[in-house]
Amino acid sequence: MESHSETAVEARRISKIFPGETEVRALDDVSVSIHRNEFFTLLGPSGCGKTTLLRVIAGFEPPTMGALFLAGKDISRLPPNQRPVNTVFQNYALFPHMSVANNIAFGLEMLGKPKNEVRKTVDDMLRLVRMEALSARRTSEISGGQQQRVALARALAPHPEVLLLDEPLSALDLKLRKEMQIELKRLQNETGITFIFVTHDQEEALTMSDRVAVMNTGKILQIGSPQEIYQRPAERFVANFIGESNFLDATLSGHTARLKAGGAYEVDPPKGVSDGTVSVLVRPEHASVRAGEPKANEIAATVETVVYSGEATTLHLRLGTDEVLKARLPNNPGGEALPEKGAAAAVSIAPGAVTVLKD
Amino acid sequence: MAEVSEMSEPTAGALEREAERDDNRTRWLLSLPAMIIIVLAAAGPLLVMVVYSFLTPGDYGNVKWEFSTQAWVNTILQRDIFDDTLMWADAHLSIFWRSLSLSLITTVMAFAFGLPTAWFIATQPPGKREFWLFLVTVPFWSNLLVRTIAIQELIRAEGVINNLLLLLGIIDEPLQMMFTNFAIAFGMTYVYLPLMVLPIYAAVDKLDFRLVEAAHDLYASRWRTFWRVILPLIKPGIIAGSILVFIPSLGAYVTPRVLGGGKNLMFGNLIELQFGQGRNWPLGAALSLMLMAAVMVSLIWYVRVTSRERSDV
Repeated sequence: MESHSETAVEARRISKIFPGETEVRALDDVSVSIHRNEFFTLLGPSGCGKTTLLRVIAGFEPPTMGALFLAGKDISRLPPNQRPVNTVFQNYALFPHMSVANNIAFGLEMLGKPKNEVRKTVDDMLRLVRMEALSARRTSEISGGQQQRVALARALAPHPEVLLLDEPLSALDLKLRKEMQIELKRLQNETGITFIFVTHDQEEALTMSDRVAVMNTGKILQIGSPQEIYQRPAERFVANFIGESNFLDATLSGHTARLKAGGAYEVDPPKGVSDGTVSVLVRPEHASVRAGEPKANEIAATVETVVYSGEATTLHLRLGTDEVLKARLPNNPGGEALPEKGAAAAVSIAPGAVTVLKD
Repeated sequence: MAEVSEMSEPTAGALEREAERDDNRTRWLLSLPAMIIIVLAAAGPLLVMVVYSFLTPGDYGNVKWEFSTQAWVNTILQRDIFDDTLMWADAHLSIFWRSLSLSLITTVMAFAFGLPTAWFIATQPPGKREFWLFLVTVPFWSNLLVRTIAIQELIRAEGVINNLLLLLGIIDEPLQMMFTNFAIAFGMTYVYLPLMVLPIYAAVDKLDFRLVEAAHDLYASRWRTFWRVILPLIKPGIIAGSILVFIPSLGAYVTPRVLGGGKNLMFGNLIELQFGQGRNWPLGAALSLMLMAAVMVSLIWYVRVTSRERSDV
């Protein structure tokens, strides 16, 4: 693990309650610290509180409880225009009555920067997002991807300490989204600004982030690197939300998990899980399958469905315990023939691929 | 035989073209009712006005069918009754000037009250907006004259405002508010305020409040957000509201008549005078056309400002 000496943003026990007929607890005792120069992602389904947390950091929503620190200073009560934090809005929110260049210049002008400095920074920003040719256009005359770049340039121009991005890629088509993912990563490297990125797209989160916080129902469930989140999810929700998962029943004793369906595996159980019946996670790509009767430490199964998807084939296998296990097998040229539908099969799970969940 | 069959079975394309031609031939019929209304209700009367303005006034009102440009000369010039020299028609010009300035004051005051009102309504939760809009339109339900006389009750010497101020000891003598320019501007602001509120409401309602958040996020204070982002975006509504208030103010008749008394005439009253006591229909027609020209100029200005808005900036 890299060691980060400085903290850019720290949320300390923040709750946000929206009053009304049915009180909504959008954030429930959230604590997180985000390092300087980090690409940090808030990931979760819609309504999980990720956008609310972003809006609290931006200053649009005051927290009901808790405090927010920026570079060690309490900014909980500062209005948005006094926070060195800028936002890229979901629908860009570009000023329709201004040109591309004037949109980018807006923040600098409001900060009272001298004219020649504003012009120079705007030029730099236009070059950074490769929009020099369209600087005089109105924002309604450029495409969605270009608007996205202008929104980025506008938010980066005042060189904020933290850049907040609220699902900025969700309105783009798949190809453009992939391009912008790489572009965002490049911009973050070049500017050295802390990025806090909100998304519901797990793939996007894994591709771009240094660290990911998985949220649900107003709480942060797990914070970790993409690898940690994917390989060692702490909870069933996290495992389910990120990637494809098989959940199997097992009995835990110390560092050994014995699957009900058969086979014993060495595990590293998370804190707070005691011996006894537990739920374990097996990723579909970590199971391998061959036709025939099981040998030692293999699990007997029947093939229920075969789903071919180009680079891989997914088998749905019914185990002796009536549990269903999905196994994802790469379609290697000249590889062994896979068992057919209805055939008996033997499943083996890669060592270290069994993860005990807190549930 | 072959020729006959060809003629009786034209190709699909030809059929379509023919149908289109039929369409074009009959299409104008659809606009006929609108045409009739425009001719009868707008162009016709306007023509009568133009013709009358070039005739000679009759002895007991009406016109004599003798060509004369006297009415047009008299709109801005008058002949001295003693030495027969031409000079500026001071009375007309001062009335025109009063109409113009009172209409501008009314427009500015309606804007000052209308913008906060429209903003308040547009920022209410969706279910409550209809209620407030309904309240804004309630005055339209009662007669203009009744409403104007109600204002008279408020501002006359023994009226509500004066009595209240006397009671509170703020003034010792009743303020003279009736029959002043203030009374006219006050009354017209009240009468035309809804015409300012509604278009501004429509503009604020369409305003994307995320843009306001974006401006705040980019270090703009509330005040600068208003000037740099909100005002430019709701400008079409403000201009539409101003036109809707300014034009009827310029031609207002009832309000200045009731609240302004005999001394503070406005253009509408001057025109009425020519058709009534003045017995000078041609002059009345010429003055009416002048008023129309003033309205046209302000409308053209509006169209130019808004179309420029759309093409560049």
